[in-house]
Amino acid sequence: MSGPSTYEPKTGFTKWLDSRLPIVRLGWDSFVDFPTPRNLNYWWTFGGILAVFLMIQIITGIVLAMHYVPHEAYAFDSVERIRRDVNFGWMIQSMHANGAAFFFVAVYLHMFRGLYYGSYKAPREVLWILGVVIYLLMMATAFMGYVLPWGQMSYWGAIVITNLIGALPFVGDAIREWLWGGFSVGQATLNRFFSLHYLLPFVIAGVVGLHIWALHVPGNGNPVGLEVRGGKDGKKDTLPFHPYYTVKDGFAILVYLMVFAVFVFFLPTVLGHADNFIEANPLSTPAHIVPEWYFLPFYAILRAITFDIGPIDAKLGGVLLMFGAIAILFVLPWLDTSKVRSMRYRPLTRWFFIFFVLTCFGLGWCGAKNPDDYVLGIEGFKFLYFGQFLTLYYFAYFLVVLPVMGIVEKPKERPASIEAAVLGNKASAQPAE
Amino acid sequence: MKMTRLIAAGLAALGLSAAAGAAPGDYKAPEHHHWHHSGPFGTYDRSAIQRGYQIYVEVCASCHSMDLLSFRNLGERGGPFEDERFPNANDNPLVMQLAASYTRQWAGEVDDAGDPRIRPGIPADTFPAPYENEQIARGSNNGALPPDLSVMTRARHHGTDYVRSLMLGYKDAPEGVELGAGQYYNEYFGPISMAPQLVDGLIEYADGTEATKEQMAEDIAVFLTWAADPHQDIRKQTGLMVLLFLFVLTILVYLAYRQIWANVEH
Ligand code: HEM
Repeated sequence: MSGPSTYEPKTGFTKWLDSRLPIVRLGWDSFVDFPTPRNLNYWWTFGGILAVFLMIQIITGIVLAMHYVPHEAYAFDSVERIRRDVNFGWMIQSMHANGAAFFFVAVYLHMFRGLYYGSYKAPREVLWILGVVIYLLMMATAFMGYVLPWGQMSYWGAIVITNLIGALPFVGDAIREWLWGGFSVGQATLNRFFSLHYLLPFVIAGVVGLHIWALHVPGNGNPVGLEVRGGKDGKKDTLPFHPYYTVKDGFAILVYLMVFAVFVFFLPTVLGHADNFIEANPLSTPAHIVPEWYFLPFYAILRAITFDIGPIDAKLGGVLLMFGAIAILFVLPWLDTSKVRSMRYRPLTRWFFIFFVLTCFGLGWCGAKNPDDYVLGIEGFKFLYFGQFLTLYYFAYFLVVLPVMGIVEKPKERPASIEAAVLGNKASAQPAE
Repeated sequence: MKMTRLIAAGLAALGLSAAAGAAPGDYKAPEHHHWHHSGPFGTYDRSAIQRGYQIYVEVCASCHSMDLLSFRNLGERGGPFEDERFPNANDNPLVMQLAASYTRQWAGEVDDAGDPRIRPGIPADTFPAPYENEQIARGSNNGALPPDLSVMTRARHHGTDYVRSLMLGYKDAPEGVELGAGQYYNEYFGPISMAPQLVDGLIEYADGTEATKEQMAEDIAVFLTWAADPHQDIRKQTGLMVLLFLFVLTILVYLAYRQIWANVEH
């Protein structure tokens, strides 16, 4: 898709370097000259936003690690020391904690974009799968990071989540002990979580490299879901990445950073849980143990299974379903039978998609509530039932709606090309300089 | 803070706000109060923190530790006894004097012979804890443990309001509520092992303010808020500058974006 390289080294040094390690050429072809569909909307800016947040997390994290002490007796105080005594520690700590939340907001928007515009379909399956791998790594990283401050929620959250592994038949207990490094969540657990929490972001960075590589082979998708045409017409469908998309992404990144700054400086703890300002105490269980908001939908799925299914007991069923909710994303490219990428041209499926997004929010709501409470106070309508219904739809969307709609739905008429979509019936688009 | 409440309400509506974890059981939500440090422009009321420190020392400190606070914090930027002449709080004579008013063994220090070293405090020492250990603390409080107050206002939802409400929230137990030995009833907590602490005129404020119950409840809440979040003022100031900078930059980039895309159909 990117076609022959247009990079021409000008100075003696760059010519010399180019024939030995064409790294400047790689940068040029990938981020300057790269042909990008001219009709990308703001939903396509979240990839760049994610890259920025990965960097923010890594940089602030490295500074935090210089002051953090991974020890049961000192971890909690060391985080407070960072907030109080490290120069600008209050800011760095707040950026890292709120940065994780903003990272997840961006990744969810990025993924919903992919689901709506069919970005996971051929020829971008590998790109999508790498994305799901990144998402899994992000969840593991965030979970272990949340344990590090060693507050009540850190500690009890770690117990609840690691106990899930214990639900696996035969091997569960052994794996759980291996994860803990002992017979309970304790010093060994904290130490290894710190080590892995430092490691995984760099693994993520590596997979992001592959993700972008896999992106640059077929090139970006776009809101109408048509491929860029081959040959000369391709020029009319695209714009060079720089300056068109560098400036557009730059604008979006800045807007996102402004919202981020409001939280970092004015609401540094609203996204957290008050109980995590109480040091971990194995003898006192908090009244409600809830995970961070970005895990709540999965927590709701986990708790939705309250009954045994044949030989599978309720707990194991919940665990399997929760992992299944993510695993299903790996095979999504083969579940959706429609050739039409963009939901813009899928009049019925579009509604199912909107309902799917609402379902994800609804599951998040259920995850935050006590399953025995009533939804909106409606007598008898427990959050448990609501969560079970939404869980059903979550899976039905992938296993029923997408496979079936691709066959029965009659898509709307699509424009002939990206150029035509942009211009309507005006004359042809100017190739950009 | 209006914005906080709006967002909190929004999140609560979405159900994303974690289940309220204030006190065990569901008691009255803290009464909302307007604070000098509320809102993006609000700053701490310095004299309130000073008075609050006095209450902590004369009343709360007999049961509650504040392990994360050092005397020097009192004289640091934004602290109650900050003094421009002493940018290094360790040199601040008032802070030195406050620290030196305690003579005891600090942080388990021993001398060369292994005997406890007794000396007057210095600004680098942390606030002295009232009890040697948890067992002794519980032993003196009918089995209940007075929690450390260093980050108390952050460890409870709406912590500042909560502390003020709690201090004023003692009532007769409603019918059907059994109180254990040494327990009292507090609307915002339920049965509580801390006796009511504040009565009008309990202490004599150094600055002459009349020590009503309400005044004291307010001052201790401000002091604890400062203790939990000592950089709040500078955090907000920095935030305003950062936002201003980002805003101007965003406008410039937006204009560049409009110009670059001006003649491009998209
Ligand atoms: C650290 C996390 C991630 C980073 C830095 C990242 C980065 C990017 C970038 C820069 C792009 C191109 C610009 C854009 O389309 O926004 C992109 C595209 C894409 N990403 Fe990601 N991504 C991340 C996570 C994910 C995840 C979790 C998924 C899905 C599970 C995913 C799926 C995709 C897909 C399908 C595309 C192609 C979209 C299209 O062109 O139609 N990404 N990503």
